[in-house]
Amino acid sequence: MSTRPAAIRPPIYGLLAEFSDPNELIAAIRQARAGGYRRMDAYTPYPIEEVSEELGVHGNSLPLIVLIGGIVGLCAGYGLQYWASVIEYPLNVGGRPFNSLISFIPITFETTVLFAALSAVLGMLALNGLPMPYHPVFNVPRFALASRDRFFLCIEATDPMFDRELTRRFLERLVPRSVAEVDH
Amino acid sequence: MSVETGRKSYGVSDVPPAIIGPGQTFETVTDRISQVVLTRKTPRGWFIGLGISLMLLMVFVMSLGMLLAYGTGIWGLNIPVGWAFDIVNFVWWVGIAHAGTLISAILLLLRQEWRTSINRFAEAMTLFAVSCAGLYPLMHLGRPWLAYWLLPYPNTMGMWPNFRSPLLWDVFAISTYASVSFLFWYTGLIPDLATLRDRSPSLVGRKIYGILAMGWRGSARHWQRYETAYLLLAGLSTPLVVSVHTIVSFDFAVSVIPGWHATIFPPYFVAGAIFSGFAMVVTLSIPIRKFYDLEDFITAKHLDNMARVMLATGLIVAYGYTMEAFMAWYSGNVYERYMMWARMFGHFAPAYWALVLCNILIPQLMWFKRVRSNLPALWVISIVVNVGMWLERYVIVVTSLSRDFLPSSWFKFVPTFWDWSTFVGTLGLFFTLLFLFIRVLPMISIFEMRALVPEAALKEDLQDTPEVSR
Repeated sequence: MSTRPAAIRPPIYGLLAEFSDPNELIAAIRQARAGGYRRMDAYTPYPIEEVSEELGVHGNSLPLIVLIGGIVGLCAGYGLQYWASVIEYPLNVGGRPFNSLISFIPITFETTVLFAALSAVLGMLALNGLPMPYHPVFNVPRFALASRDRFFLCIEATDPMFDRELTRRFLERLVPRSVAEVDH
Repeated sequence: MSVETGRKSYGVSDVPPAIIGPGQTFETVTDRISQVVLTRKTPRGWFIGLGISLMLLMVFVMSLGMLLAYGTGIWGLNIPVGWAFDIVNFVWWVGIAHAGTLISAILLLLRQEWRTSINRFAEAMTLFAVSCAGLYPLMHLGRPWLAYWLLPYPNTMGMWPNFRSPLLWDVFAISTYASVSFLFWYTGLIPDLATLRDRSPSLVGRKIYGILAMGWRGSARHWQRYETAYLLLAGLSTPLVVSVHTIVSFDFAVSVIPGWHATIFPPYFVAGAIFSGFAMVVTLSIPIRKFYDLEDFITAKHLDNMARVMLATGLIVAYGYTMEAFMAWYSGNVYERYMMWARMFGHFAPAYWALVLCNILIPQLMWFKRVRSNLPALWVISIVVNVGMWLERYVIVVTSLSRDFLPSSWFKFVPTFWDWSTFVGTLGLFFTLLFLFIRVLPMISIFEMRALVPEAALKEDLQDTPEVSR
């Protein structure tokens, strides 16, 4: 890397350490947290519950979003049928009541599921900030392996304890396969 | 159940060995599945398969053209048999679609890890089968270009659809099912699209997969929300799949036609759907695993489990047939009794007894382990079940309509060439989509397979790792 003084070098997004085993990554996150780092993220090729736990990620608001989506779908489905059959176009079909509660259940159920499923997917994408066409971690060439068989820990420059040299030395002590600076 | 028995100690992993071949690692799983799409030479069989499918698709286009030009009169149906091949095929395709959702959603909720290698293409199968199914009611409208009249929208005619009709429930059920299946399938694909983006050798490939992956980078925070979303989708799809085929059965059960007006229809239709859907998954997965050397991922254990599901749902279906016949007799209703008699011994008797043979008798062979582990035999049985389930829908739809209350409204339905060509044509549409899917998208969920390899096992006690001080 550059030998110029830190003050002249352009600021970076963070430091990225690469591990080849999920256990090493979890151990590294523990060390980093014990060392006082908080603003960091891990990148893994498949979901690992323990990694999120070690990073201190607990729960999310997705279930609530889906619940609200489902309730909106329920009201919209029933409301549509009620409005069309009772208010806008009351039609006597075989003497059945205009507000045929039981006959309206199937469509109400379907719209409930549809709205809930849409809020699950769109809510997940929105909370994750996706689609995101650009992200600094992709500037590290080896990061392409994060979708194959490598496990990455990124300590971000916004962490109050972050220092280019000290943090790099700290990460190197965790025996990663590589440590790279993430350009913005 | 069966997976538990396989859960023996296997190195550091608690993964049952039977659902993934030995020696697989993160790299081999990733490379093996993604190279089918990215680098591997396309096998000649794929071109032959796609060629045949495209020819059948042309048959469909031709049939559709004839239908648009001449109307539903080109089919053999006529009042009183107003529903025939179109509705038979609609129900058949919807039923096939259901296995995909079942494998993805219900088996996920039941923590059946063996679902992992078959869920992706079962979901794709769902999408394509629903596409075929959805076309039939539209074609059956007579004036398909007015299909949007089915939707509730403010219009200059000042009219709204009748929300008390099961046929309108169907519109909502099928469109919701297609939408949710697509969401489920696409959500499952996002991390794998990121893998393809990172591994594609061509710039165009990187761009296309990159756009589709939406910038997925595997962040632990993202994964956590992703898993929540996926689990919630599974929880939503499970009642959805049951509701969809229940509503399809309401198309019949809510009417007053003898043989249709039966409360057993919803559960028996749902079981039949699972039965035929699993049969289709077996029919497709046996050749695919062979031609793409995926025996390490779709193992004998998967096929054995699917055969067991077919056996169990087949028995429920057999119970349904028995109860249908019993209730027709026990009701004492002369029309019900006559319809059942006509079904068993009348004009349609060959179809009825063929379905009993295909759906009840032949599947009993799957009680034997030797049959379940014999791939050619299992493949033939799965096709027999597909045929049997088609016959079941044919018998239900056509016999009731052709023998209802008054002899003056009896009618012998005989399918025409265009009935058959439309059906064969949708097979072409289905297989064309399936072959294209296999070529451009990973047919096995790569990221879920990574979690199954032995090296993914986490150490029980992470405190053992050497202490590193800052």
